[in-house]
Amino acid sequence: MNLWVTFKVALSALGRNKMRAALTMLGIIIGVGAVIAMVGVGQGASASIQQQIASLGNNMLYVWSGSQNQGGMRGGSGTAATFVPEDVDAIERECTAVKEASPAVQAGGQLVFGNQNWSPSGRIVGTNEKFPSIRAWPIASGEFFSDADVKTAARVCVLGKTVVDNLFEGADPVGQTIRVRNLPFRVLGVLSSKGQSSFGQDQDDTVIVPYTTEMKKLLSITHIQYAMVSAISPGATFLAQEQITDLLRQRHKLSANQDNDFTIRNLTDVADAANQSSSIMTNLLASIAGVALMVGGIGIMNIMLVSVTERTREIGIRMAIGARSRVIRRQFLIESITLSLVGGIIGVILGVAASIVIANTLKWPTLISPISIIVSVVFSGLVGVIFGYYPAVRAAALDPIDALRYE
Amino acid sequence: MEAEVLINDKGIESESEPGSPLAAFASTVIALDHVHKIYKMGDVEIHALRGVSLQIDKGEFVAIMGASGSGKSTMMNIVGCLDRPSKGRYFLEGQDVSGLSKDDRADIRNRKIGFVFQGFNLLARTSALENVELPMLYLGVKHADRIRRAKEALELVGLGQRLNNMPNQLSGGQQQRVAIARALVNDPSIILADEPTGNLDSRTSIEVMDVFQYLNREQGITIALVTHEPDIAQYATRVVVFKDGKVRRDYAVENRRSARVELENLPANVDDEEEEDEL
Repeated sequence: MNLWVTFKVALSALGRNKMRAALTMLGIIIGVGAVIAMVGVGQGASASIQQQIASLGNNMLYVWSGSQNQGGMRGGSGTAATFVPEDVDAIERECTAVKEASPAVQAGGQLVFGNQNWSPSGRIVGTNEKFPSIRAWPIASGEFFSDADVKTAARVCVLGKTVVDNLFEGADPVGQTIRVRNLPFRVLGVLSSKGQSSFGQDQDDTVIVPYTTEMKKLLSITHIQYAMVSAISPGATFLAQEQITDLLRQRHKLSANQDNDFTIRNLTDVADAANQSSSIMTNLLASIAGVALMVGGIGIMNIMLVSVTERTREIGIRMAIGARSRVIRRQFLIESITLSLVGGIIGVILGVAASIVIANTLKWPTLISPISIIVSVVFSGLVGVIFGYYPAVRAAALDPIDALRYE
Repeated sequence: MEAEVLINDKGIESESEPGSPLAAFASTVIALDHVHKIYKMGDVEIHALRGVSLQIDKGEFVAIMGASGSGKSTMMNIVGCLDRPSKGRYFLEGQDVSGLSKDDRADIRNRKIGFVFQGFNLLARTSALENVELPMLYLGVKHADRIRRAKEALELVGLGQRLNNMPNQLSGGQQQRVAIARALVNDPSIILADEPTGNLDSRTSIEVMDVFQYLNREQGITIALVTHEPDIAQYATRVVVFKDGKVRRDYAVENRRSARVELENLPANVDDEEEEDEL
């Protein structure tokens, strides 16, 4: 007797008691639906956290020039004069895990426009033209300065939103000229608002100028304080860190017993911590839902066991007219797998619907991944096999004489 | 040889004449050779059968009688390959089936034995046609052939108009006829009927016996029928009486009853819907 016929026999046996089949499936439907919805919420939360992390910059690393620690003179990070723009060019050129890099300097100072003045807490930052890409910080109006502006050390600047609010009071700053530490700078554009950093600092209270301009015309220095580096992927940040370390040690001619004259800060650490907490949340939700699925499976076993007892006579009839034990076992197994699989599929549909409702009503981000759908359907099938096996074996082990006599 | 066993077994009032031993052997369907069945209930051993030797030939209609506990049900379970003898041998159409495995016995039941039970034992919420199809499902008959043969079998028992009725839409007699159709659909060597009229009123009983007699007479189907009613046994050609696990009497029926004739003489049942399905 082939599998297809057994399948049809099992289906018609289920069809004879539709109400019970539906109630049995309910456990699995709720279990799978809960898994799909909970994992959807968890992954949505995780994705939105990742989005926030990404707004810090694209897989960013900060390379800080080391502290000055020579001849008794000691200073903080960025005071050593060994880090030069050429180092940053080399990092971008030679480190395979690095996508883009920009030299950076920063200094405090007053901005003046008309009769207004403002000293940005985010200071005057000098970078190259790759800043918007590295920091994932697009321009809101106007444009960012160009490669040519950097090369010629042009007196141009891009303003943060807070600076604009304080200096211009609603007027359009693009094309205007402001004084930065008493030198006239033309405003090329305004950065989009980024809000507070995770440390509570107003990121929009800043002005960006070409690093060459800041070095030569504002600070009169030849070294840079730090570099902004983006890795090619989130996973590549540690490799980038290693490559930059090796390269800079080599370029700065440091012998094996000398400490680094620079420090690398990896934003991925922060991202990892955030990701970890969100994945803990997802796992927690998934395991609660998994328990629901388990309960659904036990429900199936319960009903199948009752069904074996209740259908003892039917089993006896089938055996008397020539069904082998294994055919009976297969029939009951297929019945339970069908119940759990169909329940699983309905559960997936309900779970997806539930997460759409959650997304729309509670404004929680949800994310349905195909993997969670496949896993739940496969898992519900497995539930059918595992919890259907024992009842099926019980059915197959019946003695036809006793089964026929059973009242 | 089987015939000799029959004759030599003491305690049997052998009134039937199996004819020449050779011819009998060729057409023998069932042959039990000193079959014992011992059940162990804890420490107690129960001798359900104490050396039964019995032969049923092709085309016979045998009624098996005996009080409860006489061993007739045990004997029927063994003949139906639902159970195995503890001792002795059982030949079905010449094949020794006493030592077969569970699966092999399932196959034998499927191909060679048709069961009819007292309680009809149809699958509930399953149409007459599907019930009759069931043995063919387990045999692996193709769908179209299944339908055709199931229809033929149901027509043979006079239920050609009731193919798609569920058991609860059929009268007791009709249900039993569906069961008979199911029993004969795989063209078995023998039909074993266990108190087939036990749940039926007297008129319906006669109708069911009419079906059995028709199948036996017109189709040459071998039938063994367990009953405790002497009236019903009179429809058979031969009666075997069990007592204390042994065959007590074995005789040919004299003045055999004909269900057909009796039905014709009965006053017609006014509201009996079965009339239209009559053979």
